[in-house]
This record gives sequence, C-alpha cells and structure tokens, in this order.
Amino acid sequence: MGERAPDLLPESAADGRPFVGRPVQRVEDLRLLRGRGRYADDVALPGMLHAAMLRSSVAHARLRGIDASAALALPGVHAVITGADVARACGGAVPRVPLRLQPLECMEPYRQPAIVADRVRHVGEVLAVVVADSLAIAEDALERIEVDLETLPAVADWRSADSGDCLLFDGTQTNRGVTFRATRGDAAAAFASAAHVQRERFSMQRQAPVTMEARGVVAEWLADGERIVVHGAAKVPFFNRRACASMLGIDASKMDFLEGDTGGSFGARGEFYVEDFLVPFAARHLGRTIKWISDRREDLMTMAQSRESEAELEMAFAADGTILGVRGTAWCDLGAYPRTNGLIQPRNIPQFLTGPYRIAAVDIASHVLFTNKGPAGTYRAPGRFETALFCERLLERGAQALGLDPVQVRRRNLLTAADMPWHFADCSPSAPPSSGQTETDSGDYLELYERCLAEFDWVARQARQGRQPDGRYHGIGSACFIEGGAAGPRENARIELAGDGRIRLIVGSTSVGQGLETSLGQIAADALGVPMSAIDMLHGSTNLLAEGFGSYHSRSTVMGGSAIVDAAGKFKAALRELAATYLECLPEQVELAGTEARSPRGRAMSFAELARHESIGVDGSFANHHHTYAYGAACAHVAVDPRTGHVELLDYLVVEDVGRAINPLLVHGQLIGGTVQGMGGVCLEQMVYDGDGQMLTGTLADYLLPTSTDYPRIRGLTFEAYPSPINPIGAKGAGEGGTIVVGAVMVNAIAAALREFGVNPVSLPLSPSRLWETIEAARSTVK
Amino acid sequence: MKPPKFDYASPDSLAEALELLARGQGEARPLAGGQSLMPVLAFRLAAPALLVDLRQVPGLDRIDIGPDGVRLGARVRWRDIERDARLCTAAPLLAEAIGHVAHYQIRNRGTVGGSLAHADPAAELPGIAVASDALVEVASVRGQRTIAAGDFFLGALSTALEPDELITALVLPPWPARRHAAFEELSRRRGDFAMAGVAVGFELDGNARATGTRIAAIGAADRPLRLRTAESALDGRTVDARAIAEAAAAASAEVDPADDLHASAAYRRNLVGVLVERAIARACPPPFNRREAA
Repeated sequence: MGERAPDLLPESAADGRPFVGRPVQRVEDLRLLRGRGRYADDVALPGMLHAAMLRSSVAHARLRGIDASAALALPGVHAVITGADVARACGGAVPRVPLRLQPLECMEPYRQPAIVADRVRHVGEVLAVVVADSLAIAEDALERIEVDLETLPAVADWRSADSGDCLLFDGTQTNRGVTFRATRGDAAAAFASAAHVQRERFSMQRQAPVTMEARGVVAEWLADGERIVVHGAAKVPFFNRRACASMLGIDASKMDFLEGDTGGSFGARGEFYVEDFLVPFAARHLGRTIKWISDRREDLMTMAQSRESEAELEMAFAADGTILGVRGTAWCDLGAYPRTNGLIQPRNIPQFLTGPYRIAAVDIASHVLFTNKGPAGTYRAPGRFETALFCERLLERGAQALGLDPVQVRRRNLLTAADMPWHFADCSPSAPPSSGQTETDSGDYLELYERCLAEFDWVARQARQGRQPDGRYHGIGSACFIEGGAAGPRENARIELAGDGRIRLIVGSTSVGQGLETSLGQIAADALGVPMSAIDMLHGSTNLLAEGFGSYHSRSTVMGGSAIVDAAGKFKAALRELAATYLECLPEQVELAGTEARSPRGRAMSFAELARHESIGVDGSFANHHHTYAYGAACAHVAVDPRTGHVELLDYLVVEDVGRAINPLLVHGQLIGGTVQGMGGVCLEQMVYDGDGQMLTGTLADYLLPTSTDYPRIRGLTFEAYPSPINPIGAKGAGEGGTIVVGAVMVNAIAAALREFGVNPVSLPLSPSRLWETIEAARSTVK
Repeated sequence: MKPPKFDYASPDSLAEALELLARGQGEARPLAGGQSLMPVLAFRLAAPALLVDLRQVPGLDRIDIGPDGVRLGARVRWRDIERDARLCTAAPLLAEAIGHVAHYQIRNRGTVGGSLAHADPAAELPGIAVASDALVEVASVRGQRTIAAGDFFLGALSTALEPDELITALVLPPWPARRHAAFEELSRRRGDFAMAGVAVGFELDGNARATGTRIAAIGAADRPLRLRTAESALDGRTVDARAIAEAAAAASAEVDPADDLHASAAYRRNLVGVLVERAIARACPPPFNRREAA
C-alpha cells in the first residue's frame, strides 16, 4: 500500500468517496514542517521563571541534609525547594506517584516519592528544585548546593535485589514487588505427554524509549482563582491532572493540563513524572509561572526505562510439532519504582508469550524486582517485543530438535479463523478495570503468514542461505505476532456547530505525533458526510471535555474514532431537528448533503445559516472492555560477516492485518517506523549501568538509536481481511506491531545464517562485538 | 545544558589570538568548529574563563598543496577537505578517511585543528596523521614549533600542546606516486566513532614487494598507533595471502585496546587484524586485490 500515490490534500477529496481507507496526507505536516508547531519549549509566558533539577549522582543513599544557602545567595535565584519543603506543604509527607495501570494494593510501599525525602534510589532522582530568572542561573545555582548523602551499597541487578540482602523500601520484607502468573489448561499434563521439551534461557537488555522532543512542563500560575494551567501535557492529560491535583491536595477543577504538539511518546512521554508535580508545586509555592525543560541527559536518566528481563522457559512439543504447552519463569528488573505503568511489561510477559499460537497449556510466572536503576515504564510493545523473541526462538529450536521445518511448525500451530475467539491465559493479580482475561477478536493468522512467505519468496530464498563468495553468510528468518490494542474503559468525543457554521470536533484521544488529527478527521468527515476541511479538531486538553483517556495501548484511533461515530450520529439527528424547524418539514425528511440541509421540496440551508439560529453541541462515547488484536508476520534476509560480527539487513518484509486501515499512509508509517525502532533493540540500544548503579549511557553517543538511514530495506504491507467485530469502524490498534516482531525475526535470520557455527543467540542486543564473541564461543565448542 | 559563564574574544590576527591564550594562563581555550568543546561546556565538564574564537584569524582555513606536501590550516573543515578534488591525488588516504568522519552536519563545522587538539583515540584524522608521518605546526607567543604526529598524541584526550599553544596547521608529506593505500573502519552506526579503524599504505617494487610500508590503527589503544611489527611483517615481502595474514596477525598482537560500552578488547584486537587484512588486500592493485574470503 505504500506504493499508492497519496492524495494531495484532504480538501481535494470532495468527490463522494469515503475518506476512511484513503492515503490522505497528514493534515498536521504543513504546519509542523513550517516550524509552526507548539511544543512544550515553545511556550513562553510573561514573567516566566525557569526551573532546574538537582539530581542525585549516586544510586543509593540516605539523605542527611541539604544546604542551599550559597545557591540562594546567587542573584536571580528565587527558591531552592527540597523534599522537606514539599513535605511541609503537603501535610507532613512527600506525595507519591500513583499507578495509572494495574494499581495493585501491594505496590503501595514501592510508589515513587515526588522528591527525595530521606532516601535516594537511583541516579538522577530529584533532590532539589532551583527556580531562577534564567536556566543558566538555575544551573549555576545547582553547583552551589551542598548535599550530605550517606552512600549505601547499590542493588544493581535483579539477582541481588531478589536475594533481599539489601531492602530498598522501608516497611517491606522483599524487593520482589509482585509476581504475575498466567495460567491456562493443564501445563503439567502437557509436559508429561511431550515428545520433546525445548528449554532456553533468554535475557533482554534495558532500553529507553527516546522521544525526539524531551519532556517539558510550563506551570502557569493564575493568581485570581488560584488556578494552575500546565502546558506540555501529553498522552494522558486527564489522568495526569487527577494525579497532580491529588498530590497537591487541591481539587482537579483548579488545574488544567493543556496538550500542545508532542514529539513522540513510545509509551514514555506523557506519563506522569515527578517533575509534572514539582513544577506546578513550585509555581504555587512562589505564585509564579515556571518553565522546566528536560535535557537529553535528564531524559535518559529519568524517563521510563523498559524491557530488562530474563526468562527461563520451556516449550513442550508433540512429535508432529504441535505445541502442547509453555511454562517457566521471568524476572523483570523495574529499576527503582513501578511509576505509573511499569507493571505492564512484567504482566504482559506471561499472558502474551504464546503470541499468535494455539498453545492450550500455559503456566508462566513473572517476578517484579526493584533495583537502584532508572524507574520503569512502558516502551512500545511492552512485554510483547520480549516474548515474541522468547516464543519464536523456542519454536524454532524445538522444531530443529524434532527434525522439523520451523515454518511447518508455525503452520501447524498458528490460530485460524476457526479458532476465534481464542482465550489467552488468565493473568493474576489484576487490578480493575483490567480483569486479567482477554481473547482475540478476529482473524486468520495462518492465512497471513502464508501471504508473508509468498510475498517474500521464501522458498526461492531458502536455497540462497549459507556461505557466500565474499565470506559472509546469508540467512532468512520468519516470525509471527499479535498486537493488542484499544484499551478501555471508554473514550469521549464532542461535536459542535460553531457560530460560523464550521464543525468543531473535540476528542479525548491525544496526539503524540501519530497523525491523530488526520485519521480521526477522516472518520469524522465520513460519519458526518462533510469534507475534512469543514471540521476543526481539538483534542486531549482537560479544558475541552469532562473526561478523556488519551493515547496508549494503540487505542487512540479505535477508541476515539468509535466515540466520534457515536457523536456524529447524535449530531446529525440534532441538525435534522434544527433544520426541520426552518425548512418546514419533518426531521427525518431532512437530507444532509455536505454542509447543507435540504427539505423534500428543494429548500436548502447551509450549516452557517443554521448556526445563526442556534448552536448545537452533542457528546458521544464509546465504551469497551475487549481488546482488538491486530496480527501479522515478518521475514528477514541478512548477511553476517562472521569475522566482524557485522549484520547487514538485505531485505525485511512485515505484513499486518489491522482490520480496517483508516489511513494506509499512517498505518504504513507505523509499521515501518515501529520496525526501525525494533531494529534498535536488536542491534544497538542498551542502557548500561555499572555495579554501583551508575548509568554509563548518558548521551546519544553511547545510547545508540537507529536512524532512518541505517535500515533502508524495510517493506511493509497492510491487510484488512478481518475487521474487528468489537467496534463500529472495524479497526484494530496498529501502533506497535512493527516493533513486536523485529527481535524474533532478526534473531531467527541471524541464527539461520550462522547455522553451520551452531550459534544460538539468547540475549540482545546483537552488537558486532557480542555476535562475534558468540560465534567464537560456538567455534571453540565445535572443536 | 547551559555552559558555565565564560568571556569571549574574537581576535582578527594570529598574534592577537596567541596573546589572548598566553594571558589566559591556561584558563583560555581556542574555539574553532566547537564540535567537541561546546558539548564539553554544556555538560560542564570544563569551565574555561575565556574562549578565543578563531573565526576571524586569517589564513587558518587554507589548504595548500605544494612540493612539501599538503598543508591543512587548523580551521579547515571536513567539508572543505571533502570538496577539494586535488586531495584525491595529493592525499588519497585522507580523502578516503574523511567520508567516515561523523555526519554531514558535523563535517560542516568540525575542523582539522579541533580534531587534533581533542585527540580522541578513535578519531580518523589523528590516525591519518600518524600513518602519514605528518607534522603538527603549533604557535605561541614564545614562537613556533613543529611536532611529529607520532609524538603529538600522548593519550586519550591528551596531547603535547602547551596551554598557551595553538595548532596552526597539519602538514602531510608529499604522497609518493607509487604508493597504494586504503582506510578501513567499522563503527556501530555510520558516522559513529569507530570501534577500530586502520590506515595502510605501501609501495610496490618491480617484484611486487612492499616497501615504505605504513600501518596505523585508531580506536585500538589510548591514542592512534603505528603498528611497527605489522609493518615489518609486510615490508620487503611479496604481497600475497600469507604475507597479508602475517601482517594482520602482527597487528592484532600489537594493539592495546580496552573494553568499553561498544566492544570488548578481544573483539577490537580481532577487528584490527581483519581490517588490516582487508585494507592491504584492497590497497593492492589488480590482480592482488581480490577479496580474501574467510
């Protein structure tokens, strides 16, 4: 679908064809490419002061005291706010960050304090906030603050955390916060009857979702009414307002969180971070408007980190390759705190490890461990990128052990339309609104895998594997995936007829750069029967709607779009009602044609004329506790230089069925961009901490991100064979699929290339150095 | 990410620049392209009292090619080198290596003097300088001197420059007409600092024997290294697969790499050997240059 030429502009499309399904160019781009975006750092308000954070340089310590007198003496410094100041203003204790997802009772002792009160638990944790006339002065002041820390031994890996020798949280008996367990069927029986059991131990590195725009908060103090307006909100502004107001001890109506443009989220940006409390707190404390913009080093230290895990797993096979069951244990290193959504990766690992396969028996435990590293959060495809690799490697290795072709084993075990809906393993514990139970909605996973193999020319390429004349080894690999999306509980939309006859659409979904205004504009234009250009869209901010849920879990288009469909129906009914009065006919006789209402006798009024008489405003909503499951497959062709460990990606194809592609350009972009991001996890990205809990990857020269020029040969195909039956537009969340499968398919391809060396990569990233060492180790074993 | 306070001067003569550096008593730093210095300041890893901007100092941006070789002014940018077609014949090794230096945005600003003064052990230009027996020209109020590239780099980010001295040029000796050369490096991503890189040059006599052999490595020790044992292993011998393999093995044994985030010491040691082998093979004119497979 990427080959199809995009329509020039949404305005050009008044030819009666629906907008949904067409590759409409992003309506956002003209503005953003001309530099007219409004990101957090673009917000400049009169009289604004600037904040800088004093961050801990040690990973684990007791705070004995802070002497800020030299900093306060610096001209231009307005305040140095410490944990003691925050506690004093907040009823004696420093408020703590609430869990947004999976708010389990047992997480209570592990919640993150908004600022260090007595104990530092990771490098980068905030010890004090300096507010000054300029950022330069604030940073000068940071150097003058004397901090008295009693350094404690750092708990730098999950094993020492699990030993419990050093407890990180007072009032707990363990650093193991919770254990998730997913079960289905009778795993013991399945393993007892197996012809072959494949065992593997995997490890996945710590990664950081790096957004192009760093985090930023501008807290505007409105003295009359003692209100605080927070600029720079993203992803989940409504939740963040509730969290912040509750931590400040004020009513949420005293705050607004405004969403501007957002330069990426990947799960991390827009979650509630301590600065989202500290900056509004400082604004209230001083009665001033205050700006704080994170720099890249701060973001790397403190924005969500994810994926670090180990897993010991086994997969049971029948002699014919039928997968009978999977069981085992995972250990997830969440760093210092669970923060708002850090539990999602460890809870997804056991439930979604079976991926797109018909595996009837499951028993997997996943332990959550806290260490003195950067706190956890989600990273695009949380728990899914990891488990796709685990599952696919078990499958591939098990098939080889049985003497079967892994492709045949996939065919035997992939879910088909006849299996729908397939109930995944139940996962517990689970906090409402999540029930811990979920099932697939629609699709035929086998059919799409076959399509992927055919498009890739799998059979012909098989013959071209192995050593080439240039000394490199070629290999091909394939893997399959599912992608959960469309988290509930609901989303809201409002449609208004403005005084000038234009249609104002307000939705609770948020834009983190994914083209939301375009995709939701297409849905709204079709639902209302008007051109996209007749609609002005607003989204996300808390001053627009009573309630919104935002963008995560690939939900914004499906949930926001479905809410729009509901609102559009009500809006058209209201329009007919209004027009009927002036056109002198019955409401059901009114024909809505574009931005005009017509009577059976040929009278017509434009929306603009109707708007002069009366305004209209309707609210729509879509509630849903079921998830959509997009699914797909990918194939990769690599060339590996065994002497340097260098991997060249020669070809990569990923296919995904998204139910309904609202905008093929956007879906295609998600697929390609997600794939490149996943490549980072395979080859480049690794957040490294030493034994003292010091972060060694504090710049983008050391934390290596993939760029658009690094992986030129990526192709994506989108299918719409099986619309989702659980929402009115048939769409499935499609923001993460590209990422999920990359690790699995790349490792399969690399292992295939190096088959004659007997290489079995079990940990990422496969840097040239690590891959070469793996090859050397295998070579010496062969000898 | 705001630099600490500093004074700024933009002198319009070399004499004035040197005077400012001398008066700064070690607290003054020259500023050219700023590609290393500005990040250091932003991270507050250094806090010089004065930055002496060289932008208006005349003559430092010249590339002169003459009988004494190639003279690159200290403020010559990577982009200037890339664009100067004369260098393809006057300094082929330099021309080849420049393509590996960072990304075009950095190549638009980064300078010869800045790279030499920063002395990153994995930087390309210091490696080319060492491989070419280049001379670093430096000046101060006390006068001028010339330092052989091999003596200039003392360790990671450490050079023989005195605090009041300014690099004015790098002089690459004339390129022998019959010299064959190649530069090879491998980095995590294109434009990153190399995990290791090698520069190789030699002439072939009438019997296809290597003479004047020079082999240098970057990213394989705390400074760019000439690999003398590897050079001896090749020099005077017919350049065949065996000689190449022996030179490569000698190179691996000779370097002193360290473990870091991007590669282990063992890997770097291996990589130097592989790159030396490939560079020699590629430098050879046909029919010697068929790539030797693993």
